[in-house]
Order: sequence, then structure tokens, then C-alpha cells
Amino acid sequence: MLAEAKAIAPPAPARSAAELHSELGVLNTEYAHALDNERFDDWLDLFVEDCLYRVVPRENHLLGLPIALIHCESKGMLKDRVAAARDSTMAEPRTLRHFIANIRVIEATDAEVRAEANVLIVQTMINRMTEIVLAGFYLDRLVRQDGRLLFRERLCIYDSLLIPTSLVAPV
Amino acid sequence: MDALTRLQERTWPAEGPARVPFWAYSDPEVYQREQDRIFGGPNWSYVALEAEIPNPFDFVRATVGEKPIVVTRDANGSVNAFANHCAHRGVVFCRHARGNARSFMCPYHQWTYDPTGMLIGMPFRRGHKGKGGMDPGFKLQEHGAQALKVAVRNGAIFASFDHAAPPFEEYLGPAMLGYYDRVFDGRELELLGYMRQRIPCNWKFMFENIKDPYHATVLHVFLITFGLFRLDQKSAVEMDETGRHAVLISRRGEQSLNETTRDMTNFRANLKLNDPRLIEALPEFPGDMTVVMQTIYPNVIVQQQSNTLAMRQLVTRGPQAFDLNWTFFGYKGDTPDLRQRRIRQANLMGPAGLVSVDDSEVIALSQEGAAVYPETSSILEMGGRSTADTDHMVTEAGVRGFYKHYIENMGFDHAG
Repeated sequence: MLAEAKAIAPPAPARSAAELHSELGVLNTEYAHALDNERFDDWLDLFVEDCLYRVVPRENHLLGLPIALIHCESKGMLKDRVAAARDSTMAEPRTLRHFIANIRVIEATDAEVRAEANVLIVQTMINRMTEIVLAGFYLDRLVRQDGRLLFRERLCIYDSLLIPTSLVAPV
Repeated sequence: MDALTRLQERTWPAEGPARVPFWAYSDPEVYQREQDRIFGGPNWSYVALEAEIPNPFDFVRATVGEKPIVVTRDANGSVNAFANHCAHRGVVFCRHARGNARSFMCPYHQWTYDPTGMLIGMPFRRGHKGKGGMDPGFKLQEHGAQALKVAVRNGAIFASFDHAAPPFEEYLGPAMLGYYDRVFDGRELELLGYMRQRIPCNWKFMFENIKDPYHATVLHVFLITFGLFRLDQKSAVEMDETGRHAVLISRRGEQSLNETTRDMTNFRANLKLNDPRLIEALPEFPGDMTVVMQTIYPNVIVQQQSNTLAMRQLVTRGPQAFDLNWTFFGYKGDTPDLRQRRIRQANLMGPAGLVSVDDSEVIALSQEGAAVYPETSSILEMGGRSTADTDHMVTEAGVRGFYKHYIENMGFDHAG
């Protein structure tokens, strides 16, 4: 049940592959840095207006079940999420740190890039040892706007069945 | 009697259910007694939805208290539940979360069980070349996986290790059964997905949280601001006659500054959603109640808040931790629009829920304090000391009702 078949896509043209890979690396670094430092407005800037962002337990993903821990189907919903995390949620202070690795292009066309990357997130709180929040992968659809790649869709599909207590900010 | 003596003797404070001694949230002996008398006693624990095992030979792993079980649908379509615990060497023999299987073979010595938990075979039972093997008097049918009593009502499955559990309908009582049937009305359910979290906190803090409307109307910015559950709305707390099951009921209100909301620190008159679809609900149940949260003793909360429906199941993990497993569902035949609203509104719930995070965070803090101040007691006097139903939410009657029953179920003595 854990095996997950993936279609093997033909590689993107060799000339641009390294470039694209490096561009995705920069984008993911910016993504992680914005979230780790709670620069949420900069994080929002990495998405197009008409976007989809979901944090999905892997069991739902594999079973084709639609419920997500976080489900935002517009940039407005992303903004509401950020506002809640910043202002209205009663939560213990914590520092998160994202580790994004193994970036891989699934398919690249002129219209869209599909890519994935592993992610590990750890958090540090008062009176507790640093702990793993989740381990999983991102599944992305990106489009180019004004020369930069932006997320049209980012799914964070996490393997860790149990979230330790809560997930306050977007990941 | 001083506090230390009460702690040493585990004697409940004289105020009864208007006090909860904090040792009840951390004491390993209390926890073990709960496993024996509550989760192992003649009570019904929620284990799964029928929609998780729609076909013959489907199975899903589940938990009662802290004990792993398997819930199956057999060849005849009946639902069974048995301990996930090999009669031979104790192995948790069903290792997949769910699937479809005509038999379950223990990986250790390959003892094999059918979908009802009956032991149907083992290798070398008759020995080899006339040597060894089981005693000829050994009867397979006497050594199956421990069977649980099962109750199925309109799509949800409950189980009990104690076969003396009364019929499920009698266990809920007529009033609570009415609220149960409001959600489980006989329509076929559609499974929408899971969320799971581990909270470093005794299970009772969670169960009490949904019997306590007082916190909801002060803590949760989202509920208060958008009128999803608030003091100035027509509300009620109702219980069965024992006090162990309860419902919190309310009706949606407006985001308006009035005499009540002015006093609420967490009311935000200016908070506007960029995308209000997040909380836009369709009325779908008869009557004007928009939220009915039902606690069914001892391990599940049936959640109906706007269009989000979920079972919140508690799995105990020692005295100071529990898992909260959320199973979201809708109905077969929901319009795509209603289904999408359920998915959107689920943003309020679960480990990342815009409302629920407040709860998981705050009950973990309760535990942090409870664990190290076991000699002190929690004060539960909002709304007096009564355990009667109320038509408002400024009360802890539902929590007292729970403890009235808990003290009895656990056999605690009161201090004189």
C-alpha cells in the first residue's frame, strides 16, 4: 500500500534542465526562508492569485479522499490563513525550520512546470526538545509570471500520520 | 482530610463533580483503572464508519482505549471486531491500516484467523512425522482473537470488550439518540478523509472541552467573531440521565457589536475574511440549530458545525497523551457544492484548524499544569454546582455531568 506508482515523464530539454533546477532551488529556498522567519507577505508573493494550496495527510492522498488539514483555493484564503496564524490563533510560540531537498522536475512545458521536492519540518518550543512536525513532499504546478516561476498549486503531502499537537502556520 | 492525604488515597474532593483533583489527569493507577472500567467496561467505544469497510472482507484497524483491534466486514456483510492480538504470542498480527482480506495470518508462527476473528489454522498442528504438534484436545474454536461486541447504527460502528454492554440505543438514552440520529439519519455516508494528531494531554481534557461551552465563547476568535458559537445566541447543554453523554447546541449569529460581544476580548469587529467562502454554510438539517457537538462516552465527539461533519475519536496513549483521530464524512448524493463546502469548512477543524488549534494548544497547557500540581483541584462552578440541562452556555454543567458519572464508573470515594 505504501508503493506509489509514478509515471516516468520524459526529461525536459537538456539545455534548460540545469537552469530550471537551479531556479526551483532558489524558489524553494525563498519559500523556506519566508516561512521560517514568519515573513508571510513574502510567502504570499510566491503564489499566483488563482492558486491552490493544500496540506494533505498521505493516507488521504493515496485513498483519493479530498479532506486536507489546510485547504486554500484562492490567494484570499491564503491571506486569511496567514492572518489567523499571526493574530487570532491561541498557540504556544514556536520556531519552525524547513528543510527542502531532492527537488525533481516531473514535467516542464512552456505553459507549466510540474515538480516535487522532499520536505522535513522541525519545530522548537519552550521547555521541549526540538521535534519533527512532519516529513513529506511537495507536489507543485508552477507558472511563469513576469519572468518568475510562481506556485499555481502547491500540495504538501506528509507521511507522518500524527501531527504533534498542532500545525499553526502554513508549511 | 488534607490535599496530600486525598492524593495518597485517591479520594475525590467533598464538592463532588464541582471539583476535579488534578491527580486524575496524570496518575498511572487511575489511568489503568480507566482502561479496565471505562474502556474495558460495558461502554460503547466508537471504532469506525461503515463507509470505511463497504465490501465483504474489507477491514480497518481501530482502537478501543489503547488496545488495537480489527474491524471487518465478513462474507455475509456483517460487521465484526476482534483484538489485534494473536492468541499465541501476543503479536499485533494485522499490520495494514486497512484493506481487503479473507484471512489474517500472524507473521510469527502463521496462526491464521478468519474475518470474524476465529482461529482457522496453524502450521504443523499435527506435528511432523508423528512428532510434536498441538495436543489432540486443542480446539481452534476456543482460541480465536478476543471478540468484541459490536453495535452498528446508521453508518457508525461501536464496539465493547465487555459483552454485558446494554443495547446501543439504551446506552445513549432517548434524547441523545435523537441527536445522534439527526446526523446519522440512515442516508449512506461518504468518507471524506482523515486528520490525526497526538496531544500531550490526558484524554479527559479533550472530552471535557466539548462539554464546556463557556471556553468556546471566550477563547475562539473565529467562533465568536463570525457568530459560529457565541454567548448571545440561542444555545443549550443537554445530557442523558447519567450525565456521561451530552450535546452543545447553538445557532449562528451575526458579526455585530452588541452588549455581549463588547465584553468579549476575542471579538474582532473589524476582522474580515478575504475569501468568506471559508465559513459560508448551507442549511442542511431540519430546525434552526447550526451546531450540535455530541460527546458519546467514552471516546467520541460527533461534530456537526455548519457543514462539517466528523467523528473525533480519542485513543488514549498513557495518562499524559492521547491521539485525536478525525474522520470527516458527508452523504452519498451530496451536491458538488455542498461537498466542496464541507472540504472548505474543514479548515476550521483538526490539527491545523482555525478553531481547533486553540483547543489542542490550551489543553496541552492544562496538562502541563495538572501534571505537576496533582494535590490541587480544578474548580467547576460556572452555572453553580448543578448537573441539570441548561438553555445557555455560561455553564460547566456538562463537565460536572461527566464527572458525576465518571466518579461512579471509577468507584472513587468522596472525602467526608
